[in-house]
Amino acid sequence: MSNLQPVKGSSKDQPGLRYPTSGKTIYHRPLNRTKAAELSGASFAYLFSEMVGYASKKIESIQDLEKRLNVQGHPIGLKLLDLLLYREPPRSQTRPLNIITLLHFIKINVWQHLFGRAADGLEKSSDPTKPDEYMIIDNEPLVNRYISVPKDMSQLNCAAYVAGIVEGVCDGSAFPARVTAHSVGKQEEGEMWPGRTVFLVKFAPEVMEREGYLGKG
Amino acid sequence: MNLGVLALIVINKAGGLIYNRTFGDGLNQLNTNDYLVLAGTFHGVHAITARLNPLKGLMHAQQQQQAALTAGGVPIPSRPDPPSGLEVMETENFRLQCFNTLTGTKFLLFTDTMQTNVDITIRKIYDLYSDYVMKNPFYQLEMPIRCETFDRKLNSYIREINSSR
Repeated sequence: MSNLQPVKGSSKDQPGLRYPTSGKTIYHRPLNRTKAAELSGASFAYLFSEMVGYASKKIESIQDLEKRLNVQGHPIGLKLLDLLLYREPPRSQTRPLNIITLLHFIKINVWQHLFGRAADGLEKSSDPTKPDEYMIIDNEPLVNRYISVPKDMSQLNCAAYVAGIVEGVCDGSAFPARVTAHSVGKQEEGEMWPGRTVFLVKFAPEVMEREGYLGKG
Repeated sequence: MNLGVLALIVINKAGGLIYNRTFGDGLNQLNTNDYLVLAGTFHGVHAITARLNPLKGLMHAQQQQQAALTAGGVPIPSRPDPPSGLEVMETENFRLQCFNTLTGTKFLLFTDTMQTNVDITIRKIYDLYSDYVMKNPFYQLEMPIRCETFDRKLNSYIREINSSR
């Protein structure tokens, strides 16, 4: 850590946090000390199942339920952004400054941290009237692995929770956006990936305006 | 001629039918009512067969006494394993294997008489059930199973078994 000089020999008269000489603080260490640093998939599946159950109490519509899952994920995204940037090596330790770096950061770093692999795709909306829409594609979202959505709720995608995390990351790095999850497994590619999910990231107009200015400069 | 795994039935702990599916074509189909009757009847028969072995409890008590005598102390009471009831039924046309889970859900697998390793197959089906049914937030306990992912995983697993022979 070049920006945080370790205090040598003067720790008694200097107040504040002390940093080890290696520069690695406790925030660099994962909570889980095992080599693989993985959590139990079954425990997560049961926990998430209860979260969905909790979110579906007294709901008016499917959008309501997705909104609630989104809200549950949002603070995780905000906090995760700080943690992941802090763990980056010092020279790349800046927050993403344009849309492409931000989306790339989400696709690689955030996905790697949460699910142990990068997302399967990143695309810009092909519709020229919607330049503010980007798509992050996951062929088999971890949260949906054991979930079968009943027929009468067919528009529901429980990955709205992950969409909330992505939204939190975008909001935290000052790129306000609306993120929604959509199932696209039923189309022609559906045979291979029935759970294929697209996270549609729609940035706020001011973000696009700023991006325009930055592009010119 | 159909070979391999022919049909699967899942019965809940109250004896109600919660899942039935046939594999392979050309099988005579039962109507829904007959399936319900079959599930209920089997549940009753299973309960009777679970109490048909009077020797098991007796032998257990004898063993306990013997152990107490050799140890020279007071016998430590222990509960015998609950009797398992009907496990396999074989006819000249098919073989029926029953797997009773600890919570009383029963898996019935109908195979042809030459099928091997049915207990492993039925274990794997139980695995799929505990993954894709029990971890699904939209499944209500003891109710009929309508889970798309379970259907899909089960189908591909059975197809794999049936085509490998």
